[in-house]
Amino acid sequence: METFDPAELPELLKLYYRRLFPYAQYYRWLNYGGVIKNYFQHREFSFTLKDDIYIRYQSFNNQSDLEKEMQKMNPYKIDIGAVYSHRPNQHNTVKLGAFQAQEKELVFDIDMTDYDDVRRCCSSADICSKCWTLMTMAIRIIDRALKEDFGFKHRLWVYSGRRGIHCWVCDESVRKLSSAVRSGIVEYLSLVKGGQDVKKKVHLSEKIHPFVSKSINIIKKYFEEYALVDQDILENKESWDKILALVPETIHEKLQQNFQKCHSSLQRWEYLKQGINCQDNTKNDKCGPWLEWEIMLQYCFPRLDINVSKGINHLLKSPFSVHPKTGRISVPIDLQKVDQFDPFTVPTISSICHELDAISINDEGREGNEAESDIKHRTRDYKKTSLAPYIKVFEQFLEKLDKSRKGELLKKSDLVTTPVWEQ
Amino acid sequence: MQFSGGKRKKLRLTGDQRTVSYPHSLQFYLEPPSESISLIEFESLAIDRVKLLKTVENLGVSYVKGTEPYRSKLENEIRKLKFSFRENLEDEYEPRRKDHISHFILRLAYCQSEDLRRWFIQQEMDLLRFRFSILPKDKIQNFLKDSHLHFEAIPFADALDLFRGRKVYLEGGFAYVPLRDIVAIVLNEFRAKLSKALALTARSLPAVQSDERLQPLLNHLSHSYTGQDYSTQKNAGKISLDQIDSLSTKSFPPCMRQLHKALRDNHHLRHGGRMQYGLFLKGIGLTLEQALQFWKQEFIRGKMDPDKFDKGYSYNIRHSFGKEGKRTDYTPFSCLKIILTNPPSQGDYHGCPFRHSDPELLKQKLQSYKISPGGIHQILDLVKGSHYQVACQKYFEMIHNVDDCGFSLSHPNQFFFESQRILSGNKDIRKESIQPETPQPKPSVQKAKDASSALACLNSSLEMDMEGLEDYFSE
Repeated sequence: METFDPAELPELLKLYYRRLFPYAQYYRWLNYGGVIKNYFQHREFSFTLKDDIYIRYQSFNNQSDLEKEMQKMNPYKIDIGAVYSHRPNQHNTVKLGAFQAQEKELVFDIDMTDYDDVRRCCSSADICSKCWTLMTMAIRIIDRALKEDFGFKHRLWVYSGRRGIHCWVCDESVRKLSSAVRSGIVEYLSLVKGGQDVKKKVHLSEKIHPFVSKSINIIKKYFEEYALVDQDILENKESWDKILALVPETIHEKLQQNFQKCHSSLQRWEYLKQGINCQDNTKNDKCGPWLEWEIMLQYCFPRLDINVSKGINHLLKSPFSVHPKTGRISVPIDLQKVDQFDPFTVPTISSICHELDAISINDEGREGNEAESDIKHRTRDYKKTSLAPYIKVFEQFLEKLDKSRKGELLKKSDLVTTPVWEQ
Repeated sequence: MQFSGGKRKKLRLTGDQRTVSYPHSLQFYLEPPSESISLIEFESLAIDRVKLLKTVENLGVSYVKGTEPYRSKLENEIRKLKFSFRENLEDEYEPRRKDHISHFILRLAYCQSEDLRRWFIQQEMDLLRFRFSILPKDKIQNFLKDSHLHFEAIPFADALDLFRGRKVYLEGGFAYVPLRDIVAIVLNEFRAKLSKALALTARSLPAVQSDERLQPLLNHLSHSYTGQDYSTQKNAGKISLDQIDSLSTKSFPPCMRQLHKALRDNHHLRHGGRMQYGLFLKGIGLTLEQALQFWKQEFIRGKMDPDKFDKGYSYNIRHSFGKEGKRTDYTPFSCLKIILTNPPSQGDYHGCPFRHSDPELLKQKLQSYKISPGGIHQILDLVKGSHYQVACQKYFEMIHNVDDCGFSLSHPNQFFFESQRILSGNKDIRKESIQPETPQPKPSVQKAKDASSALACLNSSLEMDMEGLEDYFSE
């Protein structure tokens, strides 16, 4: 894999936007079958250009307009915003107060920095294979709830390019949800509460809601390997003191003694469980595993940023956007292979451009026809790079959307209207 | 509702036909009534509902909501006033219609200020909550279905407050809510809708108030305690002057008993006392002639010059009977009025002893009335909690030796009337109270306990006009 040099971005992006960016699929997504008039045209995009120039309220007429503009401006970053009442690029002509954000996908942003208090391997913008499991667990827990509890069907999970993941929920009804309901959904999905000054961040009630129990069951599958081996959360006094801070003081001394005797986090965890189950761990005088679960949840349960999710007009990094610092492409994550997803194998812009160069050299030798349109080129181009499998995941997502839409249209009318989209 | 102008007695409510169906004994009052009713019916429906809501309020203070005495007393009152009650009763059309129309009339009266709105909403909610609580489970389903409320599976977006805190089970985008939570949701919805509706009504009120038939009525409803103002001289001439002394100890409320005694002792009363007591006497049946004689006799004993009386005081007495000046037939003061307005100063004997007397003095006075120490203690407790009228009810119970006075006191003449009923051996009083043959001390102690422990709403009328009504809305 080519090492990524940010200084090369302008050139790399030029190539990327001309030959690799999947405009057709992208448009197919955001056009949503063209069922609602001007849905795409009223969508806000924002670009971050070279030298950190940030421009909002970009909007486009159609796919080819989008292409032209992106190739012209060569954005370092692309964000997607809401669908507004008017074309965003004309918002200044609209009467004050009339320009309103109307719809947007429900989005989630899970950032590894929010776990700094519970991961020992990295901090801040760094990630590694030891802490990436947090994202795996997050996807499993949140996706299950979105699918089973809320009935959301069209969920796109995307790697952000550096230290986190995003989720885009694209169901038609979901795009219309109010800010209040979005907040409520985040609240439903939240268990870890409190900032730096709060030691114990999870408090379970006596009655465990099915969402909580199902989430705990997911965490259980990963806990031993993630927390006790990779993170080694009970490795030494410094680390186990943090956990003892979450349990009643009365058992600290005994546990410290026992921990000294042990040789691994695994062993110490067993002692911990014994110590807290049924002695001081009572909820209204009942014995039970609440405290054990609270510790597990504090160390493993997803932490959502409510501000990202609740605002209808919030702008979020676009899938297939490039991360300017790492060069990695924001690629969709295959839900069938969540456990195998490795952020370090996600293609960077330099690597796929390099791959493209290699292909072109080969092709030119065979084809010799340089009058072939860019489009035809491009249809084959990305397919021959490491980007291909990720675009496939995206296409599967789009297929599902189409199918669902066709089903809805059939239900609504007698005529079957075939959505037309540009290729 | 629209009101046509003109001086016709008949009030026409625009709308369609008379046929309105009421499939259930309770409703959310979503559609205003659309029929014609007479002004008389308009007034009487409204007054009955105010009485009902006042009872709801008083019971809510005296008893813990939902307990047996609360429920049976409220049930009695609803039945007595002929409002809709049980789901499976025959011939519920009239009571339901009454319920429907009276609610909307009261919206007009109670939308006018924040305080009135709060009071109205609180009592209506308590009433609805009660009606829900007596609805059989299977009927609840029907009622909710007819009101277009799903409760089996609610789309999650409609159950925001339930799912956000994980209080309900979510599956496939639906919240599954247990029945008891349904009622809470429904009541909240009701409160929100009613609040909005009242605000809207307030805006269209000027149009209503310009109708001179309705304006005095609506004001009367919201400002006075209830319809019974004891101004109609039903008992005129039935009392003779020589009965008054004995009546004052047997059937007068303490405020009037104290005024009478002061008048007898001092042969004089100041203006405030004359107003309060004079109108009370009118209410119990004294004619103008009797009143003139009564006061003159007493004032002359105080060495007043008869001519001076004729010149100064008799005019006022005739005035209060509506025979002078603008000829307003003044109504006897309600408890509310006595408690809230014109507090007595040195040398005055008017006001409400429970409100205005020093507790020590009150205690002495009650002792002189031969009230038992236990009874005095209970009364003083109630006074401490500002439940002045309930304290007076307690006094009533003590001097009549009953466990339950059987009414919600809001007017001195009511006290007199109820007292006379008991003393004349009226059986109705016994029927309504759910007392066993031998009066037991327990229920009355219980009642006092409940009264002093009912902190959520403070006693009725007093607090209603006083400071903010936040307390009314603690659930």
